[in-house]
Amino acid sequence: MSGPLLVVRDLVKHYTSEGLFAARTAPVRAVDGVSFEVGRGETLALVGESGCGKSSVGRTIIRLQEPTSGEALFEGQAIFRLEREPLRALRRRMQIIFQDPYSSLNPRMTVGDAVAEGIEIHRLARTKAERKERVAALLEEVGLDPSYASRYPHEFSGGQRQRIGIARALAVEPAFIVCDEPVSALDVSVQAQVINLLRDLQERRGLSYLFIAHDLAVVRQIAHRIAVMYLGHIIETAPTETLLSDPRHPYTQALLSAVPEPDPTAQRARIVLSGDLPSPSSPPPGCRFHTRCFHPLRSERCRSEVPLLRPVHGSLAACHYAETPASPLAH
Amino acid sequence: MSERQSYFRAALGTPGGRAGMLAVGAIVLFGIAAPLFLPDPAAQPDIVGGALQPPSALAPFGTDDLSRDVLARVAAGARVSIAVAAIAVALSATLGTLIGIVAGYAGGAVDALLMRVVDGALAVPRLFILLLLLAAWERMPLAALILIIGITGWFGTSRLVRAEVLRLREADFVRAAEALGARPGRVMFRHLLPNTFGPLLVAATLAVGDVILLEAGLSFLGLGVRPPTPSWGGMIYDGRAVLTTAPWVSIFPGLAIIATVLSVNLLAGGLRAALNPREA
Amino acid sequence: MTALLEVQNLRVSFPEPGGGRIVPVDGVTFTLERGRTLALVGESGCGKSLTSLAILRLVPPPGRIDDGSTVRFGETDLLALQGEALRRVRGRRIAMIFQDPMTSLNPVFTVESQITEVVHAHFEVPKREARDRAAALLQEVGIPDPLARLKSYPHQLSGGMRQRVMIAIALAGQPEILIADEPTTALDVTVQAQILEVLDGLRESHGMAVLLITHDLGIVAGRADRVAVMYAGQIVESAPTGALFANPSHPYTQGLFGSIPRLTGATGRLSPIPGNVPPPSAWPSGCRFRTRCPIVHPRSAEAPPLLPVGPDHLIRCWLAEDGAR
Ligand SMILES: Nc1ncnc2c1ncn2[C@@H]1O[C@H](COP(=O)(O)OP(=O)(O)OP(=O)(O)O)[C@@H](O)[C@H]1O
Ligand SMILES: Nc1ncnc2c1ncn2[C@@H]1O[C@H](COP(=O)(O)OP(=O)(O)OP(=O)(O)O)[C@@H](O)[C@H]1O
Ligand SMILES: [Mg+2]
Ligand SMILES: [Mg+2]
Repeated sequence: MSGPLLVVRDLVKHYTSEGLFAARTAPVRAVDGVSFEVGRGETLALVGESGCGKSSVGRTIIRLQEPTSGEALFEGQAIFRLEREPLRALRRRMQIIFQDPYSSLNPRMTVGDAVAEGIEIHRLARTKAERKERVAALLEEVGLDPSYASRYPHEFSGGQRQRIGIARALAVEPAFIVCDEPVSALDVSVQAQVINLLRDLQERRGLSYLFIAHDLAVVRQIAHRIAVMYLGHIIETAPTETLLSDPRHPYTQALLSAVPEPDPTAQRARIVLSGDLPSPSSPPPGCRFHTRCFHPLRSERCRSEVPLLRPVHGSLAACHYAETPASPLAH
Repeated sequence: MSERQSYFRAALGTPGGRAGMLAVGAIVLFGIAAPLFLPDPAAQPDIVGGALQPPSALAPFGTDDLSRDVLARVAAGARVSIAVAAIAVALSATLGTLIGIVAGYAGGAVDALLMRVVDGALAVPRLFILLLLLAAWERMPLAALILIIGITGWFGTSRLVRAEVLRLREADFVRAAEALGARPGRVMFRHLLPNTFGPLLVAATLAVGDVILLEAGLSFLGLGVRPPTPSWGGMIYDGRAVLTTAPWVSIFPGLAIIATVLSVNLLAGGLRAALNPREA
Repeated sequence: MTALLEVQNLRVSFPEPGGGRIVPVDGVTFTLERGRTLALVGESGCGKSLTSLAILRLVPPPGRIDDGSTVRFGETDLLALQGEALRRVRGRRIAMIFQDPMTSLNPVFTVESQITEVVHAHFEVPKREARDRAAALLQEVGIPDPLARLKSYPHQLSGGMRQRVMIAIALAGQPEILIADEPTTALDVTVQAQILEVLDGLRESHGMAVLLITHDLGIVAGRADRVAVMYAGQIVESAPTGALFANPSHPYTQGLFGSIPRLTGATGRLSPIPGNVPPPSAWPSGCRFRTRCPIVHPRSAEAPPLLPVGPDHLIRCWLAEDGAR
């Protein structure tokens, strides 16, 4: 089968608060019409500030949450219309790894049992011995000693726990993994180890990743393409090097300039955004970024007309003035 | 390493927990081993000459109006009281846990329904229900009493477990299990249940103390454990007529109740401290 | 230039459950000068926070600062201060901001009462003036519409706003030293940029000295005057910022640089340090980095002292001697 592995169209996820006062509060428009594709063996990074809806995208496309509307095709299957049993079968093809190395492992389950869970659920091993063998092989594959299988998570460091979480996801031999900020909570040296591991696994197993992150420098090490989110919208998407060297949306430019560069001689011009992220339950009209925009051409049009993603210089950017650079970036 | 064992081991680390565990252990051991070195609690060796004897080397807690050895009867009462409490609490903790987990994990209408039932049940005093049932069923066997205490005791536990499950079900390891295709039963029993053991154990231990008191109260009223089965409440009741002349008949079972409930509560405190070291 | 803060041979230890003691901060020495920024850099668990807490004598019990440690603030021996004298230094002359803006503000009081509380604690001023000062402080840390914000409760503010309020509270006593323990780790990069900008501005306008604690070498570049790299409770490299970035000399510092993902240059594989930071109970004897070090040195079983590799540039590594020879 050719074509992209995953196609997402107009994904919307709104959270309405349940309970007595439900009617009075506006829904949180966490994801508000997002479309993208992920190819086989490709990594698409989803980048943006806290609360912009990245995790909501990741969780809905693997049906850990129900979407409000939209469509997603995985290997040609309409994910959002699957009934319970076909959905369970799909779980073998799509997996997720999480940000928090502490809450992502059950503290009362041994490492071996955690990694074996998918094998058990989908009956991937015929005998106990075979299961044990597979767990050992998986632990080895993620760089852990197979003898760790009988230990409990609290005996491990953050980086080791993250490896255990990766082994657990790999156990069902998925084709696609949502990586929800898998290295954000780790120390730099361990972070680099995990990024290298994810790259190696992708190469070896031909995996596709949706790699959620907020750090563009991290993303650069692993992503083929980047999609930048702001308040529930994708505002720019492009191949990694294009996006980093020639960002078209002012928000992407601000995000790039905020990455701290560990080199005192090569400090870039800093763009410091004013104000805070607006509330996702009442996003600004028109371009959602207009309240913090610094583009010299910004105008009335930005406040009234929602810019759509359109091709500009090899990127897709949702800015009315994407042709004109907002600020010169020193490289 | 069994998890429950490790909780108790951790509780041993706190002074209160250590004292409580030792005392509970001693009382249980005393109850179990008593027949080996104490007279038969039902034996009435000498109704005429040996009744209402004050404590002596032969009968350290004295004898009652039927010349029975009070120490032997306190030991037999320990067996009964602790067994009644332990079985009833095991029953209510099991019920409460099941219902709490289902309510917490299923959420929505199931949760709302179950929790309204609990709210309703908690608004009716447990003692009132028990008295009513006991009044209606005069010769209630011990097993039925245990069953009733158990069935009327799960409401609080279910709330506790539900609250714990509501917290836990947001954890990523539950997300991960769901993403692997785990069915609800698996999520509830492999992932949620073991993680509620800690608080559950504290609550259940405290409940054992409560049930001992409850059973003693009922037996004192002549409604709980019926003679001739010895029970601490019943012994205090028996001793009330001779309270001024032979106080040992009721004081020793009374002290036994206090000592047991106190040590059980100490143990619960130790468990709690071991679970949340910073709140201790 | 006189040292404003002088920390010498600082040791912080904790009793272990099985008996014995762990020493998470083991012989830390540095000085901080007026109006300067010193960055203390290292990975999680290397003792950065305990070092900063020890300066204000806030080491949580049962931990203690061991004998032989010195912390001098100008002429004052901070380790000898007691009661009221200690409180007059805390918050007033040395202030501290923490990593987590969610838990370091009291959720039940307004921003105003939390700032004015500090103002009142250190200055004899009428209520009105305390309030004006609070508003001025909020203005200074870049909070729009400060008068309205004074009435807010912490939960009504975003993470970045809360961290600004924390900075405003820290500034309320007009401190000479600001200790910032990972002030931006919990924040988004764009918000981090805002906060760092605020701190830079304040240092310039108030002439404060800043002890900036961070695990991110990226935010150190272009901000700190001097960098001390910590590993396993010890400072392993100390140099002026320019020298450290131009010529990182300790294998651990080099490993950190190799691990940092960058926006420029080749993308290939990163070259991280293998393994993890061991817990204090498992720190090796001799050179503490030897279990992860790519270099096998014949003297690694002996603990190296800080040795010079350049002007004002020290590393705790035997390689320095080899280079000198
Ligand atoms: N279960 C939920 N119920 C209600 N609101 C939610 C829920 N989950 C997320 N939200 C809200 O939806 C918005 C987007 O959240 P999401 O977790 O997708 O963001 P994110 O980009 O992943 O952020 P972060 O970087 O903090 O993880 C936020 O405003 C959040 O408060
Ligand atoms: N209260 C405590 N009791 C026992 N050990 C402690 C205590 N606080 C800290 N430690 C130990 O001291 C070491 C250093 O801790 P510290 O908090 O100073 O690290 P850090 O460098 O600030 O790390 P992080 O980046 O995670 O904040 C840790 O390994 C920790 O195990
Ligand atoms: Mg998220
Ligand atoms: Mg710290």
